[in-house]
Amino acid sequence: MKAFTYERASDAKAAVQAAVETPGARFIAGGTNLLDLMKLEIEQPQHLIDVSRLPMAGIEETGEGGLRIGASATNSQVAGDPGVRSRYPVLSEAIVAGGSPQLRNKASVAGNLLQRTRCAYFYDTSKPCNKRTPGSGCGALEGLNRNGAIFGASHACIATHTSDMAVALVALEARVETLSPSGATRAFPLLELHRLPGETPHVETHLIPGELITAVMLPPPPSGGQVYRKVRDRASYAGGLASVAVAGGNLALGMVAHKPWRAVDAEAAMASGATPAEAVARELAGASPLGRNDFKIPLVARLAAAAIGEAQDRLSGGRGA
Amino acid sequence: MRTTITVNGEARSLDLDPRTTLLDALREHLKLTGSKKGCDHGQCGACTVLVNGVRINSCLSLAVAHDGDEVVSIEGVGTVEKLHPVQQAFLTEDAFQCGYCTPGQICSTLGMLQELEAGWPSQETAPDAKPAFTDAEIRERMSGNICRCSAYPQIVAAIRRAAEAMA
Repeated sequence: MKAFTYERASDAKAAVQAAVETPGARFIAGGTNLLDLMKLEIEQPQHLIDVSRLPMAGIEETGEGGLRIGASATNSQVAGDPGVRSRYPVLSEAIVAGGSPQLRNKASVAGNLLQRTRCAYFYDTSKPCNKRTPGSGCGALEGLNRNGAIFGASHACIATHTSDMAVALVALEARVETLSPSGATRAFPLLELHRLPGETPHVETHLIPGELITAVMLPPPPSGGQVYRKVRDRASYAGGLASVAVAGGNLALGMVAHKPWRAVDAEAAMASGATPAEAVARELAGASPLGRNDFKIPLVARLAAAAIGEAQDRLSGGRGA
Repeated sequence: MRTTITVNGEARSLDLDPRTTLLDALREHLKLTGSKKGCDHGQCGACTVLVNGVRINSCLSLAVAHDGDEVVSIEGVGTVEKLHPVQQAFLTEDAFQCGYCTPGQICSTLGMLQELEAGWPSQETAPDAKPAFTDAEIRERMSGNICRCSAYPQIVAAIRRAAEAMA
């Protein structure tokens, strides 16, 4: 691990100020992803600003009937929150599908959103990776790309975003609240947080330098059943090959793109009366597999159609939102 | 950086490089070598300790970030003269072979039993249901602790035995 300096932030404004003023500064909360990458020297921050003790861990109801989830709440806190479990079960299901209990006890909401890809070429410092070393090329493009993206990839990067939580949050139409270096707060759809890779896969979000995620805001749950389903090589504690979150008529896919993927074409088809299988096929018509990940097409087709059906069953069976 | 952590009930003050993980602070600085370094990347669970009562991977945690926290490692769980019921159950059920993962398994069990008691969810139970104390729940909730000797059936039996003894 490269040497760095460390400070525990006293308040959010000071943290943002320090992030702008200190060269090579990064925020750290749970650190479960950042420290892993620092040990491999893939991440080399010169200064860490610990925001985990800031009073940003609360989960409270909003005046609009939604939920405000503090950015430093742990994944376990969110998954176990009674309001989340009863009104946003897809979020609880998605969180407990990710990591291990020990990791979920440490990992924060904002850290989960900002986690880096698990693409093997990003992790292997002997291989080219435009995300790790801009301009070095993409080893995965012609390599072992079984878990590569099928939507929105570029010739520069085919990595996927691997969060489970973010997929459910996108299906729930969550918004992200931030504090900017100017002192201004802003809120925008989570769907607009992450970028597609394009020519600059190392730039992963639309956050400006020093901007701190302070909360995730959930609107009231959509009417309809909710389900999260994930497929992976092991039954537990493994990264996903594909996942799907259903919340009413909303559908989001995970591990298929550089960001959580809102399946808008499938949603539109469902709204016009298509069957789940037809709707998902409409979405997959826009997919571009690479060869070794061709299997994700039938996998997502079956997974998403089954999840939509399960969400409808849950609703009629009295479960769900 | 000057860092004070209460370890197994005793305040310990250390001068640490910020790079020092909580695991290395315990093992190398405090010579509490019960917590084990397996993968050092949060994948195996051998380093599991309780921080403020909650189980975490001490390898993926900076010691300086735990200034003021209370840590319980395997050395604080029981003594040779007076084993903790979980330790005794692991012995009775022969829930290990080489023993390297065992301190992490036991600390993880302590955290897990509290989480289960509090009704925390897992993928074994629907979000709106209260989890039951089944083998499937135990396996899922202990999935962050790998045993290369594959003593899993005995570990599940030990956890059941310990929970009965502690009830």
